[in-house]
Amino acid sequence: MGENYRFIGKSAPRRDATEIVTGTVQYLDDLKFQNLLYGKVLRSPYAHANIKRIDKSKAEALPGVRAVVAWEDIPDWRGGTPRNVRVLDKKVRFVGDAVALVAATTERIAEEALRLIDVEYEVLPAVFDIDSALKPDAPLLYEEFKSNIVPGGTPIYGPNCLQGVVHGDVDQGFSEADVITEGTFGCENIPNALPAESIGAVAIFEPPDRVTIYGTSQAPYMDKVTLFHVFNRQFEIRSIGHHVGGGFGTKFTCWQVQAYAIILARATGQPVKIVFTKEEHMAAFTLRIGSRMHAKVGMKKDGTITAIQGTWYVDTGCNSFTTQCQVAVGSGELMIMAQCPNWDFKNIIVATNRNASGATRGFGGQELKCSFIPLLSLAMAKAGLDPLEVLKKNFVKPGGGYYWRDGEWYNYRGIDFTNAMDKGAELFGWKDKWEGWLTPTSVKGTKRRGIGFGIHGNADVGEDVAEAYVQLGYNGTATIFLCVSEHGTGQKSNYPRFAAEVLQILPERISMSPADTLVTPFEFGPVGSRGTYSIASAVINAAEDARRQLLEMAAAKLGEDPKNLDTVDGVIFVKGRPDKGIKWRMMGNDKTILGYGRFEPDFTMCNCVMSFVEVEVDSETGKVDLIRVVNASDVGQIINPVGLDGQLCGCWGSAGIDSAIFEESIIDRRTGHMVNANLIDYKWRTFSELPVVENAVLETPFPSHRFHAIGIGEITTASGPSATLMAVSNAVGAWLYQYPATPDRVLEAFSRRAAL
Amino acid sequence: MAAIKSVTLKINGQIHELDIGSKVGQIDPADTLIHTLRETLGLTGTKASCGNGACGICTVIMDSKAVPSCKILTIECDGKEITTIEGLRNLKTGTLHPLQQAFVDFTAFQCGFCTPGMIMTAKALLDENPHPSEEEIKDALSGNFCRCVSHYQVLKAVLSVAEKGR
Repeated sequence: MGENYRFIGKSAPRRDATEIVTGTVQYLDDLKFQNLLYGKVLRSPYAHANIKRIDKSKAEALPGVRAVVAWEDIPDWRGGTPRNVRVLDKKVRFVGDAVALVAATTERIAEEALRLIDVEYEVLPAVFDIDSALKPDAPLLYEEFKSNIVPGGTPIYGPNCLQGVVHGDVDQGFSEADVITEGTFGCENIPNALPAESIGAVAIFEPPDRVTIYGTSQAPYMDKVTLFHVFNRQFEIRSIGHHVGGGFGTKFTCWQVQAYAIILARATGQPVKIVFTKEEHMAAFTLRIGSRMHAKVGMKKDGTITAIQGTWYVDTGCNSFTTQCQVAVGSGELMIMAQCPNWDFKNIIVATNRNASGATRGFGGQELKCSFIPLLSLAMAKAGLDPLEVLKKNFVKPGGGYYWRDGEWYNYRGIDFTNAMDKGAELFGWKDKWEGWLTPTSVKGTKRRGIGFGIHGNADVGEDVAEAYVQLGYNGTATIFLCVSEHGTGQKSNYPRFAAEVLQILPERISMSPADTLVTPFEFGPVGSRGTYSIASAVINAAEDARRQLLEMAAAKLGEDPKNLDTVDGVIFVKGRPDKGIKWRMMGNDKTILGYGRFEPDFTMCNCVMSFVEVEVDSETGKVDLIRVVNASDVGQIINPVGLDGQLCGCWGSAGIDSAIFEESIIDRRTGHMVNANLIDYKWRTFSELPVVENAVLETPFPSHRFHAIGIGEITTASGPSATLMAVSNAVGAWLYQYPATPDRVLEAFSRRAAL
Repeated sequence: MAAIKSVTLKINGQIHELDIGSKVGQIDPADTLIHTLRETLGLTGTKASCGNGACGICTVIMDSKAVPSCKILTIECDGKEITTIEGLRNLKTGTLHPLQQAFVDFTAFQCGFCTPGMIMTAKALLDENPHPSEEEIKDALSGNFCRCVSHYQVLKAVLSVAEKGR
């Protein structure tokens, strides 16, 4: 149990609840603008081609068309990591790549104009997977990236950005091992986290250099930073956020659509809105990274991992924005999961002719773990060990440590998650169910059940700088100035409760500023589960700063030492004498008090989510049913029980567990077209097939901020997929290594088993 | 069928007579119902998502049936009675519809983008069958996409309304 706070830890309705259920809450596409134009993107029908010629004249002549823009019409504006991705280029690198932009008075006219643009392409050979991209004679996506290998490292993680893990002595480690397994494993189905709301932006351009951008972004302040660099530091960007219809990390990567809107707004002098269709969202926006690993692992009979050696191949698609970040974080996350003394684990980022990979929850670690756990499972099976016991033993504990994204070593100072693992195991009934590797827990006719376990932890809970202001009003109110969009986690309802707890006023008396970079200080964005530690710390610090100033002001009036004062419900009083106090009103209505709070990154703690998964496999049809999931975690202090429950129930959605069962983006390897870029052909779980989800959450105080909490939202999808593939293998009685475990793969595994 | 010159829609109890044509404020024969609702009439409570009738997010109630407004042409709706999410709350008293209140009470949403469609689908079900079983609710909502996974809370919310007066 956590502390008994006045507001924190109590379930309360979301502050935006009434607006959400009445449809009055405004997402990007609901905003109204005067003289708005509609933007559309002409997209390449070829996976790889040079643009020889573009004739825009017919499109430009269509009544209602205000601008048609191609690569030759704009300066050399670039984004990506490294910054080599032209906003519009004379070369296209995937089916759906942007060729030209159109702005018109209606969407329909803009669509018609796209059909009138005449483009002559020189079609080039393309590469659709890691193997073909790395062949010596492979066509190159970028001349500067020899062998299609994208440089590692990213400036935002510093000069020593983690690019792999080299530590200890792997030869020594393997010599100490009782079992060694080696092989190639992957997670290459590039599922789509697929928020309900599509991707879009509205841009307003005021000459000569002022840009206002309204986005679907989950990180409005970082858009300001990113776009500033994309436009060669020539434009002053104001970024405004709103309600976001789901993000799941993907909406950190909206710079391209925002750049298109800005270019069209600049070309027309009018506000321009671009909202991707669902097909564009799925086939031309970002996906998960593709992950493949060739590696070797050594383990002792007692489950101690002694050495990890290998190469992680990361397919980033046609470009990278955050892939180097995912490689860094993913590598660190593997260390958190596998506290092994000896490492030689490198990686290669590969470019291929499909839509780009971008930020997605799980952020490298989920994809890497999906590749690593099958290898580790072979070792655990060889040693006859229970995966729960092995993963419990090897997960980071106080006294352990890991390299993190900046290449620095961090000694772990968080809590021991063993109790949470035991609690989850108890709720799931793991000990009673576990029958051994490749052994179903039950067989009834064609129905075979199996179980699996997975675990994930991320030290990004304290990542990146957060800043906030808290302003106190004389009538006992407060306003939080914070650049956060509500994207579904409910954090915009939680931050007032942190401030309320510090200031001891009701959360209802606290307002939240809009996310507007002209108004608020810097905030990196709610990613990596950093909302509860990083962002809340900034709010807490700002509230404490404001409270200090308030008490100092009152102390002067009362002739007291501020240390002796306290405040509750808008009254300041000498501690122990609440009857004799003065109201906040003493500050006068001709001024306010403004507190400032900043959080500096802290990578010394991680969160942890564990998945216990039970599936039922039909040996006749190959269909996998997800029966039951138990999520377990320890979050230090629950902030809002109902919000936490919602996050944990999300374990199978947004490219989580279902990406191990049926979710995948399918690309035709002959043409590069994505064949399931719509919500009919891309499979998603419906109400008719809901698994039972139960959550076991402990509250062991973390040494984080004064409320001892850390976040877990980002990672609730991360531990499930590998656990699910493990469960399917156990149900079938033969290993499955590929995601998702579609009926054809399951039946193939059954036939392998039968052949034994 | 003789060419019609205007379309009359009864939306949330209000009559809208809209001319057919391509000028601003008119109904183009190619306009979908969701386009008319959101862009022509400014009723943005209904959200647009897949454009394929697959996700249920744009669901409105037309002549007592839950329908995807992205797959219906407005010119086909002449004389129809349509209810959107804006039509549920009692605007005089401010009182929420029981389903809306249940969604608030159970926090039956996360990002909220699918919520209007979810509520309209549930309303069509309860209007036809006031006391559905959990299985019947699941069946009715099986065409509604929710990526945050608020399904469990949605079921609780709808069941709580369905069980009233049973």
